[in-house]
Amino acid sequence: MRNAEFKARLLEPDDIRRAITRIAHEIIERNKGAQNLAIVGVHTRGIPLAARIAQKIVELEGVKVPSGKLDITLYRDDLSEVGLQPIVRQTEVPFDISSRRIVMVDDVFYTGRTARAGLDALIDLGRPSSIQLAVLIDRGHRELPIRADYVGKNIPTSRQELVKVKLLETDGEDAVELYELRGEVLG
Amino acid sequence: MKIEIKNARLADDSSRDIRIKNGVIVTTLSGEADVTIDGSRYLVSPALIDPHVHLRVPGQEEKETLETGLSAAVAGGFGSIVCMPNTSPAIDHPELVQKLIRDAEALGLARLFPSAALTVGRNGKHLSDAAALQKAGAVMLTDDGGTNEDAGVLRLALEYAHALGLVVSVHAEDASLRGDGVMNESATSERLGLPGNPVAAEAARIARDLEICALTGSRLHIQHLSSARGLALVRDAKARGLPVTCEVAPHHLTLTDTMLESERFYCDPVLKVAPPLRSATDCAALLEGLRDGTVDCIGTDHAPHTAAEKQHDMKIAPFGIANIEITFPLLYTRFVETGKLELSRLIELMTTGSAKILGWKPPSLEVGSVADISLFDLQSTKTVDSKQFKTKARFDSPWQSEPLRGWAVCTIVRGKIVFDAR
Amino acid sequence: MKHLLDFQAWSKGSLENILETAKVMADVLERPVKKVPALQGYTICTAFFENSTRTRLSFELAARRMSADVITFNSATSSTAKGESLQDTIATLEQMKIDCFIVRHEASGAAHSVNKFSKAKIINAGDGRRAHPTQALLDAYTLLQRFGSLEGLEVAIVGDVRHSRVARSNAELLPKLGAKVRLCAPATLLPKELEGDGVSTTTSLEEAVSGADAVMALRLQLERMNTGYIPSLEEYRSLYQINAKTIQLAKETAIVMHPGPMNRDLEIEGELADSSKSVILEQVKNGVPVRMAVLYHLLVGKG
Repeated sequence: MRNAEFKARLLEPDDIRRAITRIAHEIIERNKGAQNLAIVGVHTRGIPLAARIAQKIVELEGVKVPSGKLDITLYRDDLSEVGLQPIVRQTEVPFDISSRRIVMVDDVFYTGRTARAGLDALIDLGRPSSIQLAVLIDRGHRELPIRADYVGKNIPTSRQELVKVKLLETDGEDAVELYELRGEVLG
Repeated sequence: MKIEIKNARLADDSSRDIRIKNGVIVTTLSGEADVTIDGSRYLVSPALIDPHVHLRVPGQEEKETLETGLSAAVAGGFGSIVCMPNTSPAIDHPELVQKLIRDAEALGLARLFPSAALTVGRNGKHLSDAAALQKAGAVMLTDDGGTNEDAGVLRLALEYAHALGLVVSVHAEDASLRGDGVMNESATSERLGLPGNPVAAEAARIARDLEICALTGSRLHIQHLSSARGLALVRDAKARGLPVTCEVAPHHLTLTDTMLESERFYCDPVLKVAPPLRSATDCAALLEGLRDGTVDCIGTDHAPHTAAEKQHDMKIAPFGIANIEITFPLLYTRFVETGKLELSRLIELMTTGSAKILGWKPPSLEVGSVADISLFDLQSTKTVDSKQFKTKARFDSPWQSEPLRGWAVCTIVRGKIVFDAR
Repeated sequence: MKHLLDFQAWSKGSLENILETAKVMADVLERPVKKVPALQGYTICTAFFENSTRTRLSFELAARRMSADVITFNSATSSTAKGESLQDTIATLEQMKIDCFIVRHEASGAAHSVNKFSKAKIINAGDGRRAHPTQALLDAYTLLQRFGSLEGLEVAIVGDVRHSRVARSNAELLPKLGAKVRLCAPATLLPKELEGDGVSTTTSLEEAVSGADAVMALRLQLERMNTGYIPSLEEYRSLYQINAKTIQLAKETAIVMHPGPMNRDLEIEGELADSSKSVILEQVKNGVPVRMAVLYHLLVGKG
């Protein structure tokens, strides 16, 4: 992380739990059940979120929802995101996505470029009947005409800020924190 | 032209005034000198003599011409040079020798003494007309570049030349051991996957040629000796009293094969020379040879090529390095300044030593001697820049940007200033 | 990293990262759409001053699978035959806005020298006898696929080591990744100077193959016999051929490799090359994802 100063804790573990539960409900409602549904998380924190949503849907509907992992590195259009050594992770979608309703899950929804890359990556895997987008945090500042279908929490931010989602599976705790970026901020 | 060098500082640290008139060193000038030089600021020496230069004329004027080559020579402090006959055609005919001398005289730069081919067309088979070539002005016989594979022919050539009082010099490498080697055979060559040319190729050939020298009792000069092993053979032969002499080139004293693995010169053909650059141990042994007298003289083996040719890869780029303009400052800075070699010995190696090879009397600054004189600036530092060379071969130099002292500042040949950078 | 000329400047971590990425690239190649936009807008030039259709095709396919534009320069059909220097050729090509040159040349160090006069990224696709790094990477990848890790693997490389860039690159790469390399050849084709950390040499095939996890046969150029390096093909075959009998000295799980093209029934027995022990076709297949990974890392990485 670039030089950043902690500003505030935005969500507590219970907030995150409730947000996921609500998203799961909305997904079931929108899709009239969980039939033919699959959840795909975007690396890194979209993956545990996707798993939690899938688990919640099983609890609510008693239907097993397949879930997968999507790495969008090879589809990025903003290579400024890539470091000295690009890390490309495996995409694991162990089911045929054709004719399925796919819910793509990411942690923070910002410019929309990750979602755009995710859409391209998914479409290269097959022809889903629909793709919906679920995010834990929508912080605004879209650069592409893309919107999320399911949002855990809207958090208006400035471009000088950074939203950090922490999850038990990847960071050892559940939390959403806000930081102020210092020094040069890349457009 | 009348020249006076006041308080000329000599290699032995003594100083004296030198006066030049009508091409000769004289006691007094009648009247004013045309040029007066403050010799106290410079080292003053008989002009350097290079027994081994490639001038590429005739036939390869894209690499060097008489004018560029001889300009480079005087810029390096050389007043006389011996050019090699591996030209196109080879210098194996008296008329070619005469024409070279005539054309060089017309330029009035350094004195040019052609060596002539030992065998017709340098084919290593039929002896050239040595007597006629000598009469035309050739001072040495050699098939340099060619390796005289036929020992029987070399034997006859040595005997024949010796009777004429002509020295034969050899490029001592066994062609079959050398193979297609483009660098010294070593761990470096194996790592780089470049065909290697082993020290044994040189040592085996020197051993053979020394036996022929012993057999015939004829004068033999070994060119551009590159290895400790080769040097040891010559040292033994000299101890046995054989009439053998040898020369060492500046690159074999200052560059090593491992440089081909360095970032700067990775597989770079500017370091491709024949014989190849060897190890640091060989460099040290050659330096010892300069000190103990095993080595008789420095031969630059100045071997110009076009930049384009030297930009090719290690496999197809030609062998050779352009060094005549920096040989004295290079050896002075690397060895004399560091206390590894006496200044008087370096001067000896580049004047008296070379003269001895050719059977000339030692050059001198005494009254009555020909006025071939060089002045060197031992104080000022200048960095090597091949782009500024007078030679046509301005390709990247292995010594590029090296700060050196001892640059020639003035060269006088036949009593005339032919190079002046004061 | 800026270039892949050899492995000198490469850390174990970067090399492992490339091999990890190659796995992802291999997945891409199994999909219905065998293509990603990762290198869209990049222009890659395969500059081959020595013929090698297989390597060139592998690189070009790798580049195209990532949506790069590819142009091809073959000196056989172009101007180097007329004496244009490598420098002039590259300078000319570079005017066409090339992001990456993939250079194949018969002289050691050619790829390094391109680096001196080009701003583009450079991948060495084989220079003289010196290096062929992507071949070694695909060999490492193939070993990784089979064994999960290279740590402690014993790899015998048998054949014309002296003239082999594949042997040199593997001897440089595999020990970095934890494997041990045994180079084996007749004495005339075995430079002892290649010995080093994790690299041993032997003239005994038995010694080289005994207990090995992998045995790689190198192509024997038939001209080696004419130039006197080996007395006869028969003698070479009887002493150094990798066949059903000699492979028995290796571990039971041992695999047989060959960088291609093979002289069947000379350095390797044809039947063994076609057997289940052989991974020779996998090596060819793995060339594409490995080269995709290399291209991606060089072009997209900021090193």
